[in-house]
Amino acid sequence: MRWRVIIPGIVLIALVGVLGYGLTRDPHTLPSVLVGHPAPPFDLPTLDNPQHTIGVDAMKGRVALVNVWASWCVACRSEVSVIAELSQRTGVPVLGLDYKDDRDEAHRWLRRFGDPYARIAFDAKGQTGIDWGISGVPETFVLDRHGIIRDKVVGPVTDETMNDRLIPLIEKLRAEGG
Amino acid sequence: MIPELGHLALILALAMALVQSLWPIYGIVCQRPAYQRVAGPAAVGQFLMLGAAFVALGWAFFFNDFSVVYVAENSNTNLPWFYRLGAIWGAHEGSLLLWMMELAMWSLAVALASRSLPREVASGVLAVMGLVSVGFLLFTLTTSDPFTRQFPAPGQGRDLNPLLQDPGLVFHPPMLYMGYVGFCVAFAFAITALITGRVDAAWTRWTRPWTLAAWVFLTIGITLGSLWAYNELGWGGWWFWDPVENASFMPWLVGTALIHSLAVTEKRGIFQSWTVLLAITAFALSLLGTFLVRSGVLVSVHAFATDPSRGIYILSFFAIVVGSSLLLYAIRAPRFQSGSEPVAVLSREGLLLMNNLFLVVAAAAVLIGTLYPIFADALGFGRISVGPPYFNKVFVPLTAPLVLFIGAGAAMAWKRTRRETLKSRLWLPAIAAVVVGVALPALTVGVHVVAAVAGCVLGCWAIATALEELWRRIRGTRIKLPRQILGMALAHIGVGIFVIGVSLVSGYGGERDARMVPGQSVDFGGYSIVFNGIRAEKGPNYTARVGEFDIRRDGETVAHVTPAKRAYDHSGQQMTEAGIDHRLFGDLYVSLGDSLSGKAWSVRIYDRPFVFWIWAGGFLAAFGGLLALSDKRYWRRRRARETDPAKAVRSPGHGPLDEVGT
Amino acid sequence: MRWTIVAATLLLVVLASGVSSAAPDDALTPAQSARYHELAAQFRCVVCQNRSIAASDAPLAADLREIVARQIREGRTDRQIKAYLVARYGDWVLYDPPFKFGTLLLWLGPFILLLIGLGLIVSLTRRRARSDRDSAADETSLDRDRLAALLAEPDDTPRDTHNSRARR
Repeated sequence: MRWRVIIPGIVLIALVGVLGYGLTRDPHTLPSVLVGHPAPPFDLPTLDNPQHTIGVDAMKGRVALVNVWASWCVACRSEVSVIAELSQRTGVPVLGLDYKDDRDEAHRWLRRFGDPYARIAFDAKGQTGIDWGISGVPETFVLDRHGIIRDKVVGPVTDETMNDRLIPLIEKLRAEGG
Repeated sequence: MIPELGHLALILALAMALVQSLWPIYGIVCQRPAYQRVAGPAAVGQFLMLGAAFVALGWAFFFNDFSVVYVAENSNTNLPWFYRLGAIWGAHEGSLLLWMMELAMWSLAVALASRSLPREVASGVLAVMGLVSVGFLLFTLTTSDPFTRQFPAPGQGRDLNPLLQDPGLVFHPPMLYMGYVGFCVAFAFAITALITGRVDAAWTRWTRPWTLAAWVFLTIGITLGSLWAYNELGWGGWWFWDPVENASFMPWLVGTALIHSLAVTEKRGIFQSWTVLLAITAFALSLLGTFLVRSGVLVSVHAFATDPSRGIYILSFFAIVVGSSLLLYAIRAPRFQSGSEPVAVLSREGLLLMNNLFLVVAAAAVLIGTLYPIFADALGFGRISVGPPYFNKVFVPLTAPLVLFIGAGAAMAWKRTRRETLKSRLWLPAIAAVVVGVALPALTVGVHVVAAVAGCVLGCWAIATALEELWRRIRGTRIKLPRQILGMALAHIGVGIFVIGVSLVSGYGGERDARMVPGQSVDFGGYSIVFNGIRAEKGPNYTARVGEFDIRRDGETVAHVTPAKRAYDHSGQQMTEAGIDHRLFGDLYVSLGDSLSGKAWSVRIYDRPFVFWIWAGGFLAAFGGLLALSDKRYWRRRRARETDPAKAVRSPGHGPLDEVGT
Repeated sequence: MRWTIVAATLLLVVLASGVSSAAPDDALTPAQSARYHELAAQFRCVVCQNRSIAASDAPLAADLREIVARQIREGRTDRQIKAYLVARYGDWVLYDPPFKFGTLLLWLGPFILLLIGLGLIVSLTRRRARSDRDSAADETSLDRDRLAALLAEPDDTPRDTHNSRARR
């Protein structure tokens, strides 16, 4: 019978095809559902002053970055200089989201490693972090003029990510105008 | 020096494997018996060489030779000696060496047992196994050499994966691999059968014990793994449908189907081509499991350090081995067709056919669920996860009928069974199953979870029918019960016990997360669990914080458990050790979470009724397999060599007077 | 690929040093607690190596557990809680994949295979029924089959020697 021959063959080819495809993908990279969607709104106290609050709409009308960081995050130390350079070279403001941190520690950290942020929101409980779907610190979001998330970098932004991915995207978003 | 010798031994093993495979094949093609006879000695040589390599690696571990990269990465001087030896298979390279050595052990066993086989079959089987060896040895030597040196040698090594630093887990990989690799023997027999064109009663009789042996090892390996996960992972679960678990479960399901279809092929001379296909599939799934665990295509609890080149190699090897086997099957299998004849539903083979269908579909469901995330990603459906809820939903309807079949199958005769006979054999077990199946939970956990009670009845059904069959066979006769029959019944009773355990622990298990400070107690399931405090404990290579808990009932302390959290010195990795109060009808399981503010700890408490039955059933099934394996019929020297091949090629007989099932 | 795994491990370590929270169970009724445990076991801990948020010690898992417990307390349905997490982490967070076009084969595949297999078995047994009719099937055909088989049996296969010995 023909099907005895054909079916196992098809199964094998499909299997090898799927697995071969799987080899080209990293299963640990997380899908970012928020890309293409409006940035989740928040209303958090600033790091400098618990009485003042800040929302993501503070960045509206401009292409902006939102960088999730914390003083306890080791990877953030190396990243912060890259973020500073990125902000300087493109003139894009960076909104910091200080995730589950201690205010004093955070201030000390900024003095020691540098402060590239235009404003910093203080997310003591981590609720905003969850609303933004973060899976770890650091994470960096690119927002367009309309407050739509256009890209998300999981883990520290490296020189490579900055040059090859973020700067071209920012230039493109700028050119879109509107 | 020793590591270089080990490396040399690997190269020589490759040479031996080449001789073991190519020489006999040439001998078979050219009809030169002398060349065919080379297979046996070559298999012995290959085993000796791999054994030497294995000992060399063990030597390097035992004497802390950190100039060997693999040793430095997986061991250190503080590791107790037995874990240093267990570390041989603690990571990718060494576990591959274990894999190959066990394959060589199976080859050796076949070579030693081959005197009772026709020369052509024996050398064919050894040649196929040798080819598989060649593939893995090349893989090891090109991508995964365990003997790579580094200079200067570091003064101290890193650490064995803390997950593996548990006595139970030292034995889990060797057992599991013996099972995986053991299916290579059945595979080799199948390929040989395709080449020689012989799939007859003799062939099945040779293949059965090897398949059964592999199945026993795999069953023990999986059961040990489950037991270990329960004790070490700290969340009270015994199975998580993790890709690693599924990788071992798929060959088990197909291997189980194979054991049963071999029985049919032997007794009735039908389903030959199906049996051959199953033998190929069981080993293909073993290879697939190796790929899944070592390529990093899936997110899993335990994956080896991955490297795309390794993934590509194993996948290509998988494609070549399975592809060529299926091609051979496609060309040769049609000739087995002539022997196939119709099957009655009410017959032992009819039920075994259903058993095969459900087992294979269950294996397919595991395969689909395991690989679907990659498939969905490839087709652009987005990243999805497939986990326990999916498998439980799909698996229960696929396996519940299987347990029904076990019971009904025990009462069936080959060829055809009258309804009256069935009724007379099954009414008592059916009543017993319902009575006991309801009474057992009623007396222990209650009967308010209907699905769980139904599962319990189903489990009792498998046990009661197996007992009925045993009783029917020994009643009124003085014939000694063949061990094969006894083993089969025990295995089915094991399945029944397993089903009872699974049903009741899933239906009635409870859990509670608590925040506890020393001195505090939590009421849980009629017990009160008292937290007495935390003490520090220094192990050889870790520091542990050990929680002291009393379990009280009606004011009296009935048990004391000490769940712990270990921090390993070298890696800083944390491991949990659950504190478990084991009882026949259920465990109380306490696991230490995180240290919270103040002196408080988060504590997880689980009620796990009948959970022990799960592993008891697994081990009993394995023991049943072992008992069947020791049946005289597999060990008597056969006159196979003298039988006229021309006669054997004919469609085998119909086995009308078989002792089984009448 | 190796780099990202290192990075993922790094993230895990990083997150592990965060602040963790207490047990959410304490403020739930027994019924709510049962629902909570069942739900928590169905969500993937997105930063872990294949663990549910119920089974994980990662701080993010603890936060998500607390969110699940809080939403149960607030009277949200299971469906709403799932939607909340899917909106943030995508279908990846669900161990119980939703039934939709992209998962059709996942949910139906095994049962389609089962049906095909059952069909094949039915066709096999039909053949049996037909051949039975040809030989005037009744209860005695069993014995007739046996007789025919006995007569057709090759007399010197090893199996038969064995059978006759076992019966002795």
